[in-house]
Amino acid sequence: MASTMSLPAGDDLARPAGAAGGRPAGDRSHLGRLVVIGLGFALILAMVLSMTTGASGASVVNLLKSWLGLGSADAGAALRDYAVIVNIRMPRMILGVLIGAGLAVSGLLMQGLFRNPLADPGLVGVSSGSALGAVTIIVLGGTALAPFTTMLGIWSLPAAAFGGGLLTTFVLYRVATRGGQTAIATMLLAGIAIGALAGAFSGVLTYISSENQLRDLTFWGMGSLAGATWIKVLAAGPIIFVALAVAGFLAKGLNAMTLGEATASHLGVPVQRFKRITIVAVAAATGASVAVSGGIGFVGIVVPHLLRLVIGPDHRYLLPASALLGATFLLFCDALSRTIVAPAELPIGIVTAAFGGPFFLWILLHRRSAFAW
Amino acid sequence: MIAIDTIDVTVGSRKILHGVSLEAPAGKLTAIIGPNGSGKSTLLKALCRDHAYTGTIFLDGRDIARMSPVEIAGLRAVLPQSSNLPFPFTVREVVAMGLTAGRPGVDPRTRQHLPEEALARVDLAGFGGRFYGELSGGEQQRVQLARVLCQVWEPVVDGVPRYLFLDEPVSSLDIKHQLMIMDVARRFARSGGGVIAVLHDLNLTALYADAITALREGRVVASGRPETVLTDRVLEAVFDVPLRVGMAPRAGKPFVLPQSVDLGEVASVA
Repeated sequence: MASTMSLPAGDDLARPAGAAGGRPAGDRSHLGRLVVIGLGFALILAMVLSMTTGASGASVVNLLKSWLGLGSADAGAALRDYAVIVNIRMPRMILGVLIGAGLAVSGLLMQGLFRNPLADPGLVGVSSGSALGAVTIIVLGGTALAPFTTMLGIWSLPAAAFGGGLLTTFVLYRVATRGGQTAIATMLLAGIAIGALAGAFSGVLTYISSENQLRDLTFWGMGSLAGATWIKVLAAGPIIFVALAVAGFLAKGLNAMTLGEATASHLGVPVQRFKRITIVAVAAATGASVAVSGGIGFVGIVVPHLLRLVIGPDHRYLLPASALLGATFLLFCDALSRTIVAPAELPIGIVTAAFGGPFFLWILLHRRSAFAW
Repeated sequence: MIAIDTIDVTVGSRKILHGVSLEAPAGKLTAIIGPNGSGKSTLLKALCRDHAYTGTIFLDGRDIARMSPVEIAGLRAVLPQSSNLPFPFTVREVVAMGLTAGRPGVDPRTRQHLPEEALARVDLAGFGGRFYGELSGGEQQRVQLARVLCQVWEPVVDGVPRYLFLDEPVSSLDIKHQLMIMDVARRFARSGGGVIAVLHDLNLTALYADAITALREGRVVASGRPETVLTDRVLEAVFDVPLRVGMAPRAGKPFVLPQSVDLGEVASVA
């Protein structure tokens, strides 16, 4: 009997009832595409918002008008608007986009790598490792590490933060993962231990720092985009940009990795190389972000989680959507931080934590029902 | 043809496989049987390159150690024993992963509906929109099989046969689905593909296997056609139990054999 039963052509079999619009049930790719496009527009809106709001009364519209020869703005005001918008708001906006996207994508990559929705560079000590690298440069960059800083110039801070992040991610992976499986308790506890260790070293460095360095450290550590300059954009931007570009190629591999390392390899993923690339991308994006903006927490956990609820965990859509929503979210938080207590401003880390902390607790309380685990 | 040429596998400090050789031709369903800890799964893992081994494994004459992961993924698919997913994928999304990774060998129009066809083939038509995590263990195993089928949908592409490696494919299934899934595997082999399956149920093995390799303590005890391997002597040597082949129990003792089913009926359910 079997020899006559060649594999049936598609029409021989009963089709399951499709979802509305003739799409197969359970296929959420149309939703993924739609959300990515929508978030693209949202980011453009957020960028415009970021360029037009701030403590000073600088107006993009007036600036454009004066450039086009319209209106009658006086030259002094135009010059002042130009300075505020091009030298302050624009680098800040660009850094916000890159850092928001970088943090969200780092979180997503960590979650995929550890096969765990609670992994996040901020929670498991990678940010602390990056911070240690940055603190080392701030404190010792002028003395013990002077050759390093002269060699790398503006890139010495992001490079050191990248190195610190890489080291901690690597150690964490070694400690928390056995045979391709990561126990969530081991991962979180190892992350706490590694974070504490990195924090202790940072503490020692802070203790021996000079008064000027101490002010730099405090300012930097609060997590802020306030110090954004074109120099910082140049220092951190390319690193984050490359990490994001690399992440774009990891989507299919991340999907396969959710089935487990062995199955991912059976599906054609070169697993060891894939993991190395992912770790380096996470460390690069986290390190560069931490170097220029200090500790901005929760973006990497809130953004991917929220998106998974809407479009599902397919990384082909989750990756671009996370990058876009991360950037939009950070610009939004930055706008809030600048306006809530204007003319002063809150460190943005406080704003993201105010959103992220409660959201994280909500995930913990609701994940069983919401995710069908 | 999958040809395993005298491989040894050592895990930690323990040697699990001792000079195992096995040939599994395309067009046939080759079963691996043996007691717990005999090295069945280890052999399959070596075949999938999950374990390091010494010796050589050939896939259609080529050493698999020299092939790229992508290349191998287009030639063979592997059904794992169990899989849990950390993220809320729908059943269809899981099955479609076989499409993006493998080489189904069908035209793009058919490809769009392949996850639905694969689900229907494992008796899960209409399950596409459910969350994988909400299904029972047996249903999850069948979803994984549907994914694996998508990876190498056409058993032969451009005259090149493809292979299915199944690690206890029916271990958590009820009897109807055991027969159905074994039937899917046999159809794959009859259409020109090769199947290697680790099996526990000796009756299903007898019913479906074209060839059997019996392992004990990491060594091949017997290898060949079912009639030559499923004998009293071999079974006692492999399993340490004085089994008698083909002997009905005393009258009044109920026993149920899958061989009693009219297979045409089971297949028509699919």
